[in-house]
Amino acid sequence: MQPVESLMPIYVMTAPLAAIPLIAVSDRHPNLREAWTLLASVTMFVLVASMLPDVLEGKVLECRLVTMFSGLDIRFRVDPLGLLFAVTASFLWIVVSFYSIGYMRSLKEHSQTRYYICFAIALLAAAGVAFSANLITLLVFYEMLTLSTYPLVIHHEDPQAIQGARRYLAYLLGTSIAFNLPAIFLTYVVGQRLEFSDGGILAGTASPVVITIIFVLFIAGIGKAALMPLHSWLPAAMVAPTPVSALLHAVAVVKAGVFTLARIVLYVFGADLLAELGLGIILAYFASFTILVASIIALRQDNLKRRLAYSTVSQLSYIILGVSLLTVKGLTGGIIHIAMHAFGKITLFLCAGSILVASGKKNISEMKGIGQKMPITLFAFFVGALSVIGIPPCGGFISKWYLALGCIEAKQVPLLAVLLTSSFLNAAYFLPVVYQGFFGKPCPGDRFYSGEGIQEGPVLAVAALGVTAIGSVVLFFYPQPFLELAGRVGRCVIGG
Amino acid sequence: MSLCLMHSVLHSGPVTYRLGGWAPPWGIEYRVDYLSGFMLAIVSLVVFVTAVYAGTSVLGRGSLTRETIGDQGAVQFFTLYLLLAAGLFGIVVTGDMFNLYVFLEITSLSAYALVGTGYKRRAIVAGFNYLIIGSIGACFYLLAVGFLYIMTGTLNMADLAHRLPEVYASRVISVAFALLMVGLFIKMALFPIHAWLPDAHGLSPSVVSSILSGCVIEVAAYAVIRSMFTVFTPAFIFDVLPVTDVLSIAAAVAMIGGSTIALAQTDIKRMLACSSVGQMGYIVLGIGISNLTGLTGSLMHLFSHAVIKASLFLAVGSMIYQTRVYEISKLKGMGRKMPITFATFTIGALGMIGIPLTTGFVVEWKLAVGALEAGKWPVVPVILLSALLNAVYFGRVLEIVWFKKDDANGHGPGRGIPKSHATEAPPGLTLPPLILVSLSLVFGVAAYIPLSMAEKAAGMLLGGR
Repeated sequence: MQPVESLMPIYVMTAPLAAIPLIAVSDRHPNLREAWTLLASVTMFVLVASMLPDVLEGKVLECRLVTMFSGLDIRFRVDPLGLLFAVTASFLWIVVSFYSIGYMRSLKEHSQTRYYICFAIALLAAAGVAFSANLITLLVFYEMLTLSTYPLVIHHEDPQAIQGARRYLAYLLGTSIAFNLPAIFLTYVVGQRLEFSDGGILAGTASPVVITIIFVLFIAGIGKAALMPLHSWLPAAMVAPTPVSALLHAVAVVKAGVFTLARIVLYVFGADLLAELGLGIILAYFASFTILVASIIALRQDNLKRRLAYSTVSQLSYIILGVSLLTVKGLTGGIIHIAMHAFGKITLFLCAGSILVASGKKNISEMKGIGQKMPITLFAFFVGALSVIGIPPCGGFISKWYLALGCIEAKQVPLLAVLLTSSFLNAAYFLPVVYQGFFGKPCPGDRFYSGEGIQEGPVLAVAALGVTAIGSVVLFFYPQPFLELAGRVGRCVIGG
Repeated sequence: MSLCLMHSVLHSGPVTYRLGGWAPPWGIEYRVDYLSGFMLAIVSLVVFVTAVYAGTSVLGRGSLTRETIGDQGAVQFFTLYLLLAAGLFGIVVTGDMFNLYVFLEITSLSAYALVGTGYKRRAIVAGFNYLIIGSIGACFYLLAVGFLYIMTGTLNMADLAHRLPEVYASRVISVAFALLMVGLFIKMALFPIHAWLPDAHGLSPSVVSSILSGCVIEVAAYAVIRSMFTVFTPAFIFDVLPVTDVLSIAAAVAMIGGSTIALAQTDIKRMLACSSVGQMGYIVLGIGISNLTGLTGSLMHLFSHAVIKASLFLAVGSMIYQTRVYEISKLKGMGRKMPITFATFTIGALGMIGIPLTTGFVVEWKLAVGALEAGKWPVVPVILLSALLNAVYFGRVLEIVWFKKDDANGHGPGRGIPKSHATEAPPGLTLPPLILVSLSLVFGVAAYIPLSMAEKAAGMLLGGR
């Protein structure tokens, strides 16, 4: 790892930042406004991707924005872990921007300017989380992400949305203030610094009891990781428009949560310290509890988006599980699952949204036979489902493979059993949707099915979900950049 | 001007001026050191911004509300206003205990009258209550000063600090200290002796509320700090009469109590006023922690709260100016109609909660880290609980303002108000609070600027402890 001074992280964040005023002034010209969003998303992705070669060579790009006061810097650092998250999020932003245009216009949603502005802020915050070099920077962008997505969740402004958004904010901001903040205070007082470093900063600074307390506070404080019992904000957030659920509540927000968790576990505590105290394995069992229980709950949901949300809760814990195994293979599996799950789950959400736009249906029980009307959408759904379950030829298989290897490496057979059971459960809650969609008989008298021919969603929406579905497959055959980034993290942190 | 003075203090040490040419300790001395320079900067900033705002709001041409004074009353209003400002400056610069009392009364008397100019009839009652309770506080203070004079024969602060240690053992001094504290705590409305504040700050015209919450109680807090650390020395409050733990507990009660009563309010101005009660607890908390970091946090909070609370009151004032609505539940969808005003309000609210990048966060950070350094970890949950309560009562307002739809059949904010008035206030009312609140963001990021001053002042007060 060789540190290099570079302003690239700041340039990356400038792209969405510059888009915000431009979107605001283009309030009355929808085409121009959407053009700014698209331009910003493409620019951001190009900038992020341009850092790939450097980081793959083993460089770490660093820069300092401002010192708030002694001890507290806003500082950025692009390392493999952060870059992997940023690449995933910024690429999917492009796709979802196209999708948003189709979706929001078809449904004639109100306050679209506010929607696009908040989206840009959320992406800015996600990039900030990815590139944070210390806990305080991370906290700043973490809170920014919470606050900027709140208007998106409450978008419909009906009592149900207000209720859901209130829960969303209460869980995310509440846990952050109540647990995350004291954990940072304690870290600062005990460890005297907040910079992330490969070996952790807390080793040898305090008694095991204090370190355990800090650890528990951090785990409880990162509500975005949706670890049970702090998960119920995520199903509540499904009142948001579907593109929001897709990009933010399957990718940016929740992945920022697990990413933050991984950052803290690996770079604040350090693998050695956690292994020594046995905290990693406790976290792993905690995560596996969430994996199983959330999958079981998902089985019982009839609302498609809620089923997807519970599935997300479960899949996030895969990542936590992989990280907490503290082995190179497990870590690699956990980290690439950030990208693999993102592509799979976003496809599923985009399909759910497309079905909603075309047919107005939200519940799975009403979707029998929908495959005959919307073949492309449902096929994409099938691909996304395969990826999330972990069946080749989809990306999800690779991350699950590494996770399983990690469990074996850590000699944790029960965890391996959890992984396999969960895959069965995933299949049990996804495949019936597909099967019924293609082969089920629609309820008689449903007006949607009495129409002639194919009734797909808006073109832009279908194109977007096609792209992510193809992306899931491509990642199976060509996972190298992600694998290499994740492997690099593993080698640095575990250190042989 | 106060910035220039602060500059010269930073570079060449305390500035003194001997009133009437009498040398201290006999004459009255004005003395500006790091602490008073810091306070002066805060007070003059808030007084300036509210004065600009008052220019529009007091004359109130075209406003619906009778919260404005009108042309006839304007002369009296501004006379009182300037008297209030002079009193505030006097408290901050004086180096004499009795002189401080005089300025405290000048400030308070003009404040009583200004509260009475509120447009609801209950404002007069509120002003009167404030007068009674404020005078009781002043009596306590005056008694204490009398005791100190009897024991030492001097009123000059520096001289008192020099002579008091000889008689620290005396019970009279302990009593004097207690009286002094109670008197000043009444003036700064420390929970549970705050009962006058929600009425006085809630019913007075917004521009007055803003200076009352942004300056008057802050200056009382300044007087507390001044008398604890300069007149009495740190040695006294740590060793002779260990009060810091008592203060921490009192502060914790104030923070939680003030925020809890704020939760129960339906009138937006009363809510802000109750919130001030809670916020005063932060300042006392820093004094209770009483190490360099904690006290710095306290002083930083003087700045943070002055700027944020003043701009919140001014923003609410512009809203009332346009619509005459006080009830929080009637504000549905107002954010759309008055975007600048409520953007100001939102930034202020975030600062109050202590979201990172605002001065509120810097305060939280300094207080919590200070508490941990001093080994007083039970303080930390209190700070966080208080932040959560703030989030709840401000979050409730923000949700209504931005996201609740006003009813289609005219039961929203527009009821009883001509449509033309449910729009943004004139720039004379929207810009001053916006500029003021943006300072909370600027100095929340570039926190080292106010912190360096606060740290110097705290270091001076603690005298190397």
